[in-house]
Amino acid sequence: MGKHLLSLGAAAAIATSAFLSTSVVPTAPAQAESMTQYVPLFVYRTGPYASSGSLWFAGERDYFTFINEVEGGVNGVKFDIEEFETEYNPDRAVEAYERAKGGKDGSPTAFIMTHSTPATYALMDRAREDKIPLFDPAGGPSESKNGLVFPYVFPLLLTFYGQGSVAVNFIAEEMGGFENLKDKKIVTVYHDSGYGRASQPVMAELAKKYGFIDVQIPVAHPGSEQAAIWRQVRAEKPDYVVLRTWGVMTPVALKTAKRFGIDTSKMLGDVWAGSKADMIPAGDAAIGYKAIAPYPGGTDFGVHAKVKEHVLDTGKTNLANPDEDFGAVYYNIGLVNAALAVEGMRVAMKKFGNRPLTGEEMLWGLEHMTIDADRLEELGMTGLLQQLKVTPYDHEGGGAARIQEWNGNGWTLVSDWIEVDDSVVDPLIEAKAAAYAAEQGIVPRTVE
Amino acid sequence: MSVTPSSALRPAVDSNPLATGSSPLAIGLLLIALILVPFVSSEYVTQVIVMPVLILGLAGLGLNLLTGYTGQISLGAGGFMAVGAYATYALAVHGGIQFFPLAIVLAGVITAAVGWVFGLPSVRIKGFYVMVTSLAAQFFFEWLFLKFPWFYNFGDVPTISLPPMSLFGFDVDGSYVVRYYFTLSLVVVLTWMASNLISSHVGRNWMAIRDMDTAAGVIGIDSKKYKSLAFAISAFYLGIAGALWGFIFLGTTSIGSFQIDRSFQILFIIIIGGMSSIRGNYIGAAFIFLLPLVIDHAAKTFVGDMVSPGFLSNLQKFLFGVLIIVFLIKEPDGIDKLLRQLTARLWRRTPTKKDNERGAQSEPNR
Repeated sequence: MGKHLLSLGAAAAIATSAFLSTSVVPTAPAQAESMTQYVPLFVYRTGPYASSGSLWFAGERDYFTFINEVEGGVNGVKFDIEEFETEYNPDRAVEAYERAKGGKDGSPTAFIMTHSTPATYALMDRAREDKIPLFDPAGGPSESKNGLVFPYVFPLLLTFYGQGSVAVNFIAEEMGGFENLKDKKIVTVYHDSGYGRASQPVMAELAKKYGFIDVQIPVAHPGSEQAAIWRQVRAEKPDYVVLRTWGVMTPVALKTAKRFGIDTSKMLGDVWAGSKADMIPAGDAAIGYKAIAPYPGGTDFGVHAKVKEHVLDTGKTNLANPDEDFGAVYYNIGLVNAALAVEGMRVAMKKFGNRPLTGEEMLWGLEHMTIDADRLEELGMTGLLQQLKVTPYDHEGGGAARIQEWNGNGWTLVSDWIEVDDSVVDPLIEAKAAAYAAEQGIVPRTVE
Repeated sequence: MSVTPSSALRPAVDSNPLATGSSPLAIGLLLIALILVPFVSSEYVTQVIVMPVLILGLAGLGLNLLTGYTGQISLGAGGFMAVGAYATYALAVHGGIQFFPLAIVLAGVITAAVGWVFGLPSVRIKGFYVMVTSLAAQFFFEWLFLKFPWFYNFGDVPTISLPPMSLFGFDVDGSYVVRYYFTLSLVVVLTWMASNLISSHVGRNWMAIRDMDTAAGVIGIDSKKYKSLAFAISAFYLGIAGALWGFIFLGTTSIGSFQIDRSFQILFIIIIGGMSSIRGNYIGAAFIFLLPLVIDHAAKTFVGDMVSPGFLSNLQKFLFGVLIIVFLIKEPDGIDKLLRQLTARLWRRTPTKKDNERGAQSEPNR
């Protein structure tokens, strides 16, 4: 008999909770007079990638704090930030997305920072339906550069394909020209995941174009023991090694490479294998190692002075160890990402008025965002951020990166902005985007 | 970790159509409540709370058939869910099937076949070692679906997203209401089938094997056959749950959604919800899936932004750890049994003459 009661109770509980949560969870927000812009941040301050993530999110939070406190918001619209912990798990990002997409306190959700390529993939279809731009600079699917097929995904600055192209361009520069690439061997050691493989098509294409030999060697997550891998690399006698690793895999790769007698100054890491936290454990092995940096580390940029004065020195920073981590590569990524969002909002507000924006308005803003040298100077980001011109056809906007070299204590920039070879990358992106559109039955939108 | 064999087969329970012993009236009301969910609550509740709980509950049921009823501990639940999801995708993309329900059932059958194969070692080895083979299965699938690009249609990135497929005339990616009712009906039908299966001779043989393998052999139960069957049927349920999780709940998925932590999650669902219980799977799934959300909502409502979400996330892990230990030691039969005892006790406090008699009767045939 008790069971009878129990099931009745369960039925009642479900019904009540359903009713209750209807009132708690915000549904379609009224376009009220709210003057704050709600911004959900999907974060991972715990889990395997927390050490990189927490600096990244701190950079964003500090920039938003700076805008709120010093500039009084974007044209008077202040940010209301809410963090959702995902542990880098796309399944949890889906839940957070559903909770956040409706906005909060009368403010719609104008954009979502996913901070994770897997999460961007998981949310792409939903975002298209709900018309909310997903913000994933230097991440996301490379083919989402094509904004006609992927209107709501923004892999700003540099796609994964672009990272492969920049790497080859830099290596050619090092070797004294593209003609010297012929018959050279470039070995890519990669994190065996979507991220690690993402540049393979472009490397294959470039190998054909310049006649170098492209060798790809995977490392399984987490990669804390790599002797077998580097024995294999040594057997290949590489002329250059590209690392597409992440987390603990990077320092272990450097140390093991050195142990096997590979010249680490002939190694180039990609965007996510180039942070200080990865270099310190590698010790001497890391000296001379270089990494691609669409956002270099350092505190010498104009924006750092402003943020230091108004956020760090007033104790409002989100960093746990400001002395240690201010100016770290990941922190700077955060500053840049937040600044890009703010710039997108400014553009949109010119058209739609100074009020919290919807996703569609933000889309318009992002797709008409131009950041030229003057604007970079005003932002204090010259040298930290490249010039950008985002259009509905080009959601990357930039397509360049600098190269930084580890000197044992910090990063030194050793190159200016190196451009992506669009003549190789764009056809690949077009083909991938077309294939995706065909598989998913998407008709690319037309833009006037 | 081991499953404590219950002291007896549970003959009394088995006479009931739903082996949980819930009355038809209560089940009917529960069903009506579930059917009403999309009407009375928001998209968020339907899509992100009730739907995933149903799917995880179904996965729990799959594992419970194997672990709770047959006594074979498995850590491969996530792997079999992945097989279901990837099989559905392969049937759609490479096989050209456009009718989603057909694809998902076929994917279940494929997963069952795979489960049968991976169940073969259990015929020879026992206990702890069966768990190790299931762990091997888990890691094998994680490797397999990453290694061969055929499984993700040669994309750059190993994520899979279904092409447009029909669901009785609706698009799979379309309205959440359609997806919710599809999930609900599949879950109801499969749960009903499982409860019938458990009260049939198959279920009784499984429980005999669980309680004592050798004795079951002595009384003439073909333990090879029934263990393999348990692996296959369990995999069938897990495969369907995996496909639902990947394509109905998430939409786009990858092997990342079905890793070893998923296997642990499903195992915790049945430990916390209740081994050898059908209803327990859904209770456990609700508990495991909703506790983090409740903590998160509560913290945001009452504490605001002062507590870092990372701290809350670690707090959840801590809580789960404690709960698992407490349940394993104090109540291996899970929340399901606790709730039964609680309701039985409440019932005794407000007795009427007639119910008193029935309440007393209900005690022995829990």
